[in-house]
Amino acid sequence: MIPAAFDYTRPTDLGAAVQALADAGEDAKVIAGGQSLMPMLRMRFAAPTMLVDLGGVAELRGVRDDGEALVIGAMTTHDEILRDPLIQQHAPLIAQATATVADRQVRHLGTFGGSLAHADPAGDLPSVATALEATFEIAGAGGRRSVPASEFFVDYLTTVLEPGEVLTSIRVPKLPGWSTHYEKFSRVAQAWALVGVAVAVHRSNGTVADARVALTNMASKPVRARAVEDALSGASATEESLASASAHAADDAEPSSDPWASADYRRHLATVLTRRALHAAGAA
Amino acid sequence: MTRISMTVDGVTYDDDVEPRTLLVHHLRERLGKVGTVVGCDTTNCGSCTVLLGGRGVKSCSVLAVQADGMDVTTVEGLAGADGELHPVQRAFHETHALQCGYCTPGMIMAAVDLLSENPDPTDDEVREGLEGNLCRCTGYQNIVQAVRDAATSMRAGTAATVDAPAQASPAAQTQGVTT
Repeated sequence: MIPAAFDYTRPTDLGAAVQALADAGEDAKVIAGGQSLMPMLRMRFAAPTMLVDLGGVAELRGVRDDGEALVIGAMTTHDEILRDPLIQQHAPLIAQATATVADRQVRHLGTFGGSLAHADPAGDLPSVATALEATFEIAGAGGRRSVPASEFFVDYLTTVLEPGEVLTSIRVPKLPGWSTHYEKFSRVAQAWALVGVAVAVHRSNGTVADARVALTNMASKPVRARAVEDALSGASATEESLASASAHAADDAEPSSDPWASADYRRHLATVLTRRALHAAGAA
Repeated sequence: MTRISMTVDGVTYDDDVEPRTLLVHHLRERLGKVGTVVGCDTTNCGSCTVLLGGRGVKSCSVLAVQADGMDVTTVEGLAGADGELHPVQRAFHETHALQCGYCTPGMIMAAVDLLSENPDPTDDEVREGLEGNLCRCTGYQNIVQAVRDAATSMRAGTAATVDAPAQASPAAQTQGVTT
């Protein structure tokens, strides 16, 4: 299908992008890599009057080391994430999850920031950013603000981004001494996750000193499995601890039922995948 | 209308396009590059794969205006000027890596993209590398074989160029390796 008509602009710096959005009003839409937006435009689920293409804004691209954190430009493509040595070294969880996003062609164009701003509850990267306790840097006509991952995601395809605002970068704290894993279950190759689990674990002297567990597609936005985290905190790093803690994976979740999985099946998957993810991350 | 300039299969085209024009529609309907086909129109099937800036993309999921100033290679741009098939095209032909043939242009372009990054993929790496391309005839077996055959022949071609006669200039050798 062919999208509804819209105007188009391709600014070359962030200030011009924010200005273009402000000028165009509420019916403007940012396009990053377009790999989620283009299908929505074609099916006319979205019909913005103006597209502001961030593809020409070089300052939004790339990964840099900022001491205790990495700063990932929102327009960094999935493909660039996978090739980036800083990501491999300091945020391997992002690389691991990104490798499972869609296919090569989509990863060549799709962006880290675009995936997060799109906020599909079945998307892999929102729960990863949640587990890593990333901070979202946002620019708008009214200035800049920083929002923690726990507040960025609001609901299905909805974030705190206001019309006129642009997600510019994502600040991801390095987690020295932690190990991480992303576990995902899909019906068929290339399908969206029925359920995904992102974990980060810090072990100390045979116990789990700290654990973070964030779930994909277990609610209308990423959800932290606090009951699992609490059960693991200070627990001995054994398979028994993992199993009993993982049984609580769905306690704080509100999964939906759809033609591909019932809510009960998703709850079951969450417990199994959480145990597997914790095991793979070396929590026992 | 937005003015765009795009190099497609080695020829530069300047056109006024509506911003909503998909790259695949621009290629097919304005430039006549009908070798690139529309399969699913939902970013799933990969039939419309072209190289944009040297990397495989689904041209149904890119606006023509986003490709302004960029280099596009379609399946029609792979063969040599004398009509000699690209090694991937030749391997698809010789291995009969198609049934109905509809996915073939996209499969070939995705394979070219994959081999540019991994010149010696295993069967599994081929299957994973082509996961964005669907064959509705489910003829994957020969497709995988064709990509591996093409890889072998392209590596042999590269080796032959590298081992080129000693009288070849260093510049000529470098050029041979990179092309």
